[in-house]
Amino acid sequence: MFKQSKLVSALAVAGFALFAQVAHAQVIKIDGSSTVYPITEAVAEDFQKAKKNAIKVTVGISGTGGGFKKFCRDETDISNASRPITSKEMADCKAAGVDYVEMPIAYDALTVVINPKNTFLKQATVEELKKLWEPAAQGVVMKWNQVNPAWPDAPVKLFGAGADSGTFEYFTEAIVGKAKSSRGDYTASEDDNVLVQGVSRDVNAIGYFGYAYYAENMSRLKGLPIVNPKTGKAVEPSGANVENGTYVPLSRPIFIYVKAKSLQKPEVKEFIEFYMKNADKLIREVKYVPLPKVAYEGNLKHAKDGKIGTVFGGHNEVGITVEEILKREAKM
Amino acid sequence: MQPMTTEQIRALIARGKLKDTLFQAIGILCLGIGLLVIFLLVGDMLMRGMERLNIEFFTEFASRRASQSGILSAWVGTLLVMLVTAAAAVPLGVAAGIYLEEYAKRNWVTDIIEINITNLAAVPSIVYGLLALGIFVYTFGFGQSILSAGLTLALLILPIVIVATREAIRSIPAMIREGSMAVGATRWQTCRYHIIPYAMPGILTGVIIGLARAIGETAPIITIGALTFIAFLPPAPFAPTGMDGATAGMFDWVMSPFTVMPIQIFNWTSRPDPAFEVNAAAAGFVLMGMVLSMNAVAIWLRYRMRKNIKW
Repeated sequence: MFKQSKLVSALAVAGFALFAQVAHAQVIKIDGSSTVYPITEAVAEDFQKAKKNAIKVTVGISGTGGGFKKFCRDETDISNASRPITSKEMADCKAAGVDYVEMPIAYDALTVVINPKNTFLKQATVEELKKLWEPAAQGVVMKWNQVNPAWPDAPVKLFGAGADSGTFEYFTEAIVGKAKSSRGDYTASEDDNVLVQGVSRDVNAIGYFGYAYYAENMSRLKGLPIVNPKTGKAVEPSGANVENGTYVPLSRPIFIYVKAKSLQKPEVKEFIEFYMKNADKLIREVKYVPLPKVAYEGNLKHAKDGKIGTVFGGHNEVGITVEEILKREAKM
Repeated sequence: MQPMTTEQIRALIARGKLKDTLFQAIGILCLGIGLLVIFLLVGDMLMRGMERLNIEFFTEFASRRASQSGILSAWVGTLLVMLVTAAAAVPLGVAAGIYLEEYAKRNWVTDIIEINITNLAAVPSIVYGLLALGIFVYTFGFGQSILSAGLTLALLILPIVIVATREAIRSIPAMIREGSMAVGATRWQTCRYHIIPYAMPGILTGVIIGLARAIGETAPIITIGALTFIAFLPPAPFAPTGMDGATAGMFDWVMSPFTVMPIQIFNWTSRPDPAFEVNAAAAGFVLMGMVLSMNAVAIWLRYRMRKNIKW
């Protein structure tokens, strides 16, 4: 039985290898996070136009984890990731002989949003948000005054990311202190537009999602300033505050991982150069927050020098700055 | 028992007629609800997507700017995937249906096959996607291509085609079959000259219903890895590839990466910029149009073929 299926597949591969080769020539394959997708899509679009379609680029959305699965199976050239590679994924890549260069490309800020008619919430601390979102709050913390006595005796309506998204993972890690640990009795959706609508229709609502969705819907929502745990000052969610590093802990760098072997190919090298040169402009256009210029220059240098591996050692870190990422030693 | 008077009989008839009218009214109401829903849906999509429905929408690739974004790669991808699906599902499904109706002996093996086919029609589409990911994408090495997607959807609609074929064959009077055999035709000749031509209108209807289901499927296509951003078309047969004067082969396009309409629509509805929702509505309207025109073609073909049947 086993032998037979091997034979069939061998025949099929032989039969299709011929034209498969022609069809896949000069295609840069990218897959991964939906958070990074708008940026890579914008770069891919302009790159193809600049090259008059001589080089083809495809971008898929499999999620960060799904993207790494394909990447470490040697199926894609570049992987979009909204978090650093995990130790398990590092092992998979190593087993398949896939070396990669890690490149931070932008900041993604999570925004805690409330209804514009909400008058009592001016700011919130991480502790207050934790009280509201931790697993122990499930079925217990149902009113605003249970979190802070100064707040009114009104029901809390919670909206948040679905459990499969990188946003959920990062929010829980930054606020509750442990990734994927959250109360479950809230309106969860992978589609952020659902959350936008929910919060914009209920005075007592509070929700969180990526900054880009807040930026597009500022007329319907109010971004809640978050107290920076180090300085004790409330910081508004805004591009400027993310860039100057004061909007913590809810901002994080997002990445692309480029296969070292693909970087040998001239079209991928050109694509990465185009990516880093146009990143600042395109990232602003799709409402993300670009990194300082040195980061893009650093990425190009790392690509040239072949600095392979990750600087995170397989786990995520809350509140790390880009300067720190660039300085650190990378490991496979 | 007393014989009924004329009045009583009249009253009985009137009661019967009242029930008749009542049932008719309920029937029309139910039909009306169904029609209203589809008109509201299509109308709403048309109203919201109207401003984007122009030639450029069909000739432009997807873009990050909503107003310049089009569905070129999506509609071409959908058409090509449907082509592969039909090419695989129709011969397989029709042959299986004919075998089961005309050749297979009535025993427990055939019974089990029949039950399985009926059950297959109810399997959730995502399961087909997972199966295809293992078999077509990895074992056979077809990759994330039009071929993989087409074959996946072919599997999905195969039960529909088989069942439709069998129904169509069963509706052919037994005397046709007997008459053919009586003049010395073999079973194959009977099928070739009588059964298949007469069953064709019914088979076609089944095929189109199947394809109409397949065209809107998103889950299995996402599972095998269709792409969301793709700004080039599969290579046309014998078109120059742009490198050293080489030309694409006849069937190169089946191995090309692709995207389809439902994925494009899904992608647009989940974007932060509300302007993309207009695009999604417009694309939804186009997809509805594709399904409706497929059904129209089926009706027309069926009408033409029925005219040619002389019993």
